[in-house]
Formats: sequence, structure tokens, C-alpha cells
Amino acid sequence: MIPRERRDVVVLGGGPAGLAAALAASESGSDVLVVEREERLGGILKQCVHDGFGLVRFGEQLAGPEYARRYIDLVEGRRVAVSLETFVHSVRREAPAAARRAAAADGDPGFFVLTCVNRDRGVFELEARALVLATGCRERTDRQVFIHGDRPAGVLTAGLAQHLVNIEGLLPGRRAVILGSGDIGLIMARRLTLEGMEVEGVYELKSEPSGLSRNLRQCLEDFGIPLHLSTTVVEVHGKRRVEAVTVAAVDQRGQVLPGTERRVACDTLVLSVGLIPENEIAESLGLSLDPATKGPRVDQAGESQAEGVFVCGNALHVNDLADYVSESGEAAGRAAAAFAARNGAPAARGRLVPVKAGPGFLYAVPQFVDRGRPGKAVLYFRSNATLREGARFAARAIGPDGAPAATLLEKRYAALRPPEMERVEIDVALVPVDAAAVSLELERKEGLRG
Amino acid sequence: MAETRKFVCIACPRGCPLEVDAEPDGKGGFAALAVRGNACRRGEDYGRAEIVDPRRSLTSTLRTEGAAERRLPVRTTGGVPLGRLVEAARALDGLVARPPLKCGDVIVNNLLGLGVDLVATDDLSAAAAADQGRKPAWNN
Repeated sequence: MIPRERRDVVVLGGGPAGLAAALAASESGSDVLVVEREERLGGILKQCVHDGFGLVRFGEQLAGPEYARRYIDLVEGRRVAVSLETFVHSVRREAPAAARRAAAADGDPGFFVLTCVNRDRGVFELEARALVLATGCRERTDRQVFIHGDRPAGVLTAGLAQHLVNIEGLLPGRRAVILGSGDIGLIMARRLTLEGMEVEGVYELKSEPSGLSRNLRQCLEDFGIPLHLSTTVVEVHGKRRVEAVTVAAVDQRGQVLPGTERRVACDTLVLSVGLIPENEIAESLGLSLDPATKGPRVDQAGESQAEGVFVCGNALHVNDLADYVSESGEAAGRAAAAFAARNGAPAARGRLVPVKAGPGFLYAVPQFVDRGRPGKAVLYFRSNATLREGARFAARAIGPDGAPAATLLEKRYAALRPPEMERVEIDVALVPVDAAAVSLELERKEGLRG
Repeated sequence: MAETRKFVCIACPRGCPLEVDAEPDGKGGFAALAVRGNACRRGEDYGRAEIVDPRRSLTSTLRTEGAAERRLPVRTTGGVPLGRLVEAARALDGLVARPPLKCGDVIVNNLLGLGVDLVATDDLSAAAAADQGRKPAWNN
């Protein structure tokens, strides 16, 4: 018999989302356990030694580990149970046990049973009423971008380079080329430079940079590192170790322009080519994923379409601020605690009104508004193009007849850029009970004049 | 003659595009006259400072000895002159952090006489006896 431990709420992942979720669930009176695969809490913030975290939350510029530490201290202060170096093998739903079934309410969704393994306990099971998935995201690797040539030592993702430098204290090489202008790539350009490596340049396939404007300035311009837009790495050269890469200009469709190829000597190729929410467990539970966010579809509390499964942080969509990751963790933790406290009583969940992001959006989260959750709902969105001249955002409730029934929010933006996530709040009470959808609209300023 | 400089504010992730009117101060430097494009007070302060005396906080890691972790993350408590940032980073190369340390503990007072301290940005605990030899010692 596999030993089993019962909890109200189990949180998967001890990064900023999981810590905030665990804290909020514990404060709501739940008996919580955090399962963390690594040997200490903090998630990716452990290696994000640069500052700029916490401006929204704490009004201070904190380094990543410092931001994490604030939550770790709070979680430890409340004596929230944490299981480190613990790997979740699988998760299944289980009907209430026979002994409890008589007492169980009709429609009781049962429990989640997690099969886990760690060094101290071997294989064991966790049973929980509610599950919070705070599993973060993964980097896209060289296997997910098309580059010809060899794969000698020296091809690594920006996050791995960051881990090597900041956690292990190892410099990955002497002369680096960075492909992709995502924030981690920009931050690593600065970090590697400060540690004595030469960063030859940052190459970006798209015609616009992917990272935050401030990072272009403080990570590249400050150090005279060139950014080559509409240019990509097409081939890696080297047998045992990277010796050079070939870069080339591309057209608007990303096709290489013949004759623009150039060989750049380097011993390291750092890839900063995107992040994807980590959703193996979500998929195993049958959660439907939004192709735009690559995370599960959820309501404003992070509850997925599978009752009792809550998702937050970068597992939901890739955030650019840890502060918003914590915010989504809190919402999920609080709601998970409330779900667990019902102990299987019939769902109090209201009708899920779909959120429909119109043209101009890259995505919007959440994908549903639960009418049964009173108060404000926080929406995050990104535009799919740079709107330098500004834009007007509107959220409207659409009635059953397809016509706008209520304006929930209107807001003007001086400028919108896809790398910069926007956050708005709507009042759920303003959404009519019979609403067919919440429609999000984005209008360019030029359009407004015409 | 006053000139207008355009750059992105780095005071927060919002990244406001700033325009700052700068004028030679007669002492080889510049004075900031007016800042435009900022959404808050921090942007105004940053815009002026960037003309007069650009500074950046330095974040890095230190080698450790006898600790549970191989590196200790650190940062300066204020800005280091931009032109001396690399020099300040080099000054950390020889430093060794020894446990126990708490997040916020001062590691170096008045780094290079720049008027800023170097502080730990995480706790550092001693290596558990059981962990000795468990991790490969890259550094030592």
C-alpha cells in the first residue's frame, strides 16, 4: 500500500506563483502543501539576480532572489508545509472513497490523487480537494527553431546560461552571439559582459525587438552591444565546440535574403527565442489549452474548466512581471481554498461567460468570467502589434442577442507594444447574468480620427 | 546651446520615452533643463540624472565558502556611475561570502568609495554536513 497524505490544497511549484498561491490559501484557512522539484523554494527567481522586481507589489526595485525571499519568509512564517526535491509522477481524480461516499454530497467531484516521489519517502501519494498548478514555463530550445549546421558544445538557452553564471558560478564561454531579443537574452547580454565575456551582438528575426524597452537601453545600449533586427542565425559551425555562426538578413516573412550571409566567430550561441507554459500535468487532466497563450483556459480566479484545478503564473501565460505572477497566484490560492472548504458540496460556480479578444490582441487572460465570483476581475492582455500612436481599449458585455449590453471599461493608452503586458480590472457585477460574452476591443488612435 | 536628448526611462518596466533638454554646464558636463514624456516623478528624476550623472545599480553574484550554495546574489544599494560599472563588477571578483548571511546584510561598505554599499539579496546558510561532497565543486 502506497502511503497517502491528505491536504486541502496542493500547490505544484514553489516559484513566485506557487508561493503566493500557498500563502493566500493558508491565510484563507486551508491546510496547504507546496510540492517543489528543486532543492529550495523561489523557482526561476533564484537565478534572476538582476533588479527591477517588486515595483508594483512593494514599490521597491528588488533583485529576483530578494523578491522570492519576501514570500518564502511569509510562507515559512505561517509554517506552510513544503515538500522539496519532490517530483510529481502523475495526477488522477478519484471518487470519494466508499466509506465516505454515503456522507458525500451529490455531484461531489472527489479528490485529486498525486503520485509523487522523493529521496526521503520514496513513492507516496498526496490527496487534495483542490489543485493549484504553478509549474511555470519552459524555454524554447534549438530544437524548436530552425538552424542548420552542427550542435557542438556552446549552444545553450539564455536561461541555462543564466543558471550556469548565477547559480553554478561558471562562465559558458568567451565570445557569445545571442539569438532572440527576449528579456532573458537582453539581461544575459549585460550579465555575460559584466562577467568578462564579449557579446558580439544580439540578432532578432523580427523587425521589432521582443524585450522591454528599458532592457534594450540598460542591457544593450549601456554596453554598446549592437542589436541586429530582421537578422537571424542560419547555421552553426564547429565540431566539438562552437567556432562560428552564419547570420543573414531576412525579409518580412522571415525568409533569408540570399547574399546577406555573414560568418561571425564565437564560441557560444545563446538562444532567447521564447517561453512556453509548462502544462504536462494540465494536459494529463484533460484541461483545454488556449492556442494563443499556450496555457489552460481559466476564469478570473484561475480555475480551469476542470473543477478544482486552478492555474496561475507563467503556467497560465508568460508574464513579463513577477508582480503579476504573484497576483495571479494569490487569486488562485484564495479560490482553491474556498473550493476545498466546500468539501465536495455542490459547486457554487456561476455561469462561465467567455472573454472574446477581438482583432488587435495577441491574447487576453482569463478566457472566462465566472458570474458567480463577485467583485473585480483582473484581465491581462497584449496587443499583437506596436501601436505607437496610442490606442483605445474597451471591454463590453455582449447580450444574448449579440448586441453590446453594457460597457465595462474604456481606457486610452499612449502606446502599446506586444512585449509589454497590460492589466485592467472590470467589475463582474456589471456583466449581465445572461451575457453571451465579454468582448474586448482595441482601436488604433488613427482609426478614431477617421 | 541646449540640445534635446531622447531615451527610454529605465525607472520601471513601463519604459516611458523621455525627451530631456540638456545644456552644457560650463564645467565640461551637462545640466538638465526640462524632462518630457515621463508618467511619474521617478521618470523626471531619472531623466535629469541621466544627463547630469548617469548611474546604474550593479547586480552580480559572489563566490561562497562553506555554504549550501555556490553563489550569493548581491546588489548595490544605489547607482554606480555608468562609466565605472565594469570596474565595480571586477572589484567583486575576489570577494568570498561566508555563511550565515541574511538577505540585506552589508557585504562591502562604500564599494570603491562610490558611496554605495554592496548587500546580499538572499540568505546564505551553511552547508549541511550531509550535503558535503554532494555537489561537484566547480569553484574550488
